[in-house]
Amino acid sequence: MSDSVLIRLFVNGEEHALAAPPQRTLLEALRYDLQLTGSKQGCDKGDCGACTVLVRERSATGRGEPILACITLAQDAQDLAIITIEGLATPAGLDPIQQAFADCGALQCGFCQPGMMLSARALLDRCERPSLPQIQDALSGNLCRCTGYTKIYEAIQVAAGLREPSSRAPVSSEKALPSDQVAYAVKELLP
Amino acid sequence: MLTLPRLQLHRPGSVREAVELLASKPNARVLAGGTDIVPNLKHGIYETEHLIALRGLSSELRYVRRDGGRDGDSIRLGALCTIDQLSKDPDVLQSLPALADACRQIAGPQLRKMGTLGGNLCLDTRCVYINQSYFWRSALGFCLKKDGTACHVVAQGLRCVAAASNDTAPVLLALGASVRIVGPRGERVVPLADFYLHDGIHNTVLEPDELLVEAAVPLPAARLKQAFFKLRTRAAIDYSAINLAVALAVSPAGLVTALRLCVSALAARPALINRLQDLVGQPADLHLAEELGRRAQKQCKPLTNIGVDPAYRREILPVLVRRTVLRAIAS
Repeated sequence: MSDSVLIRLFVNGEEHALAAPPQRTLLEALRYDLQLTGSKQGCDKGDCGACTVLVRERSATGRGEPILACITLAQDAQDLAIITIEGLATPAGLDPIQQAFADCGALQCGFCQPGMMLSARALLDRCERPSLPQIQDALSGNLCRCTGYTKIYEAIQVAAGLREPSSRAPVSSEKALPSDQVAYAVKELLP
Repeated sequence: MLTLPRLQLHRPGSVREAVELLASKPNARVLAGGTDIVPNLKHGIYETEHLIALRGLSSELRYVRRDGGRDGDSIRLGALCTIDQLSKDPDVLQSLPALADACRQIAGPQLRKMGTLGGNLCLDTRCVYINQSYFWRSALGFCLKKDGTACHVVAQGLRCVAAASNDTAPVLLALGASVRIVGPRGERVVPLADFYLHDGIHNTVLEPDELLVEAAVPLPAARLKQAFFKLRTRAAIDYSAINLAVALAVSPAGLVTALRLCVSALAARPALINRLQDLVGQPADLHLAEELGRRAQKQCKPLTNIGVDPAYRREILPVLVRRTVLRAIAS
């Protein structure tokens, strides 16, 4: 586009330079310019929290605080260090929050998960052993339209080491069959 | 998916630069936390091609200070203090507990990190007929506030009655705060009681080329008994259906020596309840709380501008006033 501007974003420890229209939101830049589609586009007007990312001043330390990318302008986010869900895991493996969400089956449709996990990460960064009301308060800006909050709160308690996953949840040690074997097994059952 | 209209973003580094930009760019608007203006821009409520982003002014306008001014000591709150910061600031918690309480109840955690005091004080008025997508509004033929000629709240209404929905305003009004405004014609200090207007289309005296830079609360307010209450359907998501703040001074003998009550989320202007002078000198007790509830109910007329039943809001108002006044007295 002829009236594009140069936008420099510091995302997940990497500097990116992109040309985009000046009204580009941070969420659009992440999803459509940087292909970081983990941040979800839900209501797109600051109600649902699906686009939550962590930001801090570039000079500051730590991961930062949760904000909403859908109502932040990309140009206005150039002085910030941004962490998206793609930047939560390390080469050593998943973040404990991600592992706990997997172990607890803390998802239904999964659309709210990236925002939930980033809000939860910010909570555990400032409070290692949160109470249930503190967890509920920290996640009050993230909506789950499947209403799967119970498992999500449980996952955060598991990540904080406050409890074990409840027994009915699938645990990571249960290995799923490879998908071709599943198809074969189904075929066998047919008359 | 909601997209922003085509616009230019300007990023000044000081208040002076910001004011110059505001004056030189036609229809320019200010972008602070973005939690109000960005959704409104996406809904096509404003016609502007220039946004002045204030992030570069953070070091200049993000402070909580206690100092002496012309009118004695006061607490000065920079306009770019975030709502989250004010809800936790030790000075605010100690001296203006009702303000910290109001800030704690604004929106959800992410929005509190983004939203600013200046932005909340200048929050645009809200109405079920305006805070909708352009398509939704077009289907109804638009309304008085933007693009249309009719009001859907008041039949044949000629004045927009979209509701002031900011939670810091009633508290700061009850505490007798003032705001400092900088513009190309210099600086002015406006008592908050004169800041809001009865017009939902633009409900403040702020000119388009002016910037609200500070709110100051006279320090005697720290000795006032104060409380805030917010009624809403869902915490963290909904704006106020009613919010109210009360501040009162009580003598050692238990008599009221000063009293202010402000109720908002009714119409364009937060309503400071009038004619309370005769209650000064009365004992601060349940009787006073009930009388304030009756007077508030008489002076407040909930409308259908907010998606909560006006009849319910009218009936619950005296109850909420009574409870909040009792909470303030006990504080």
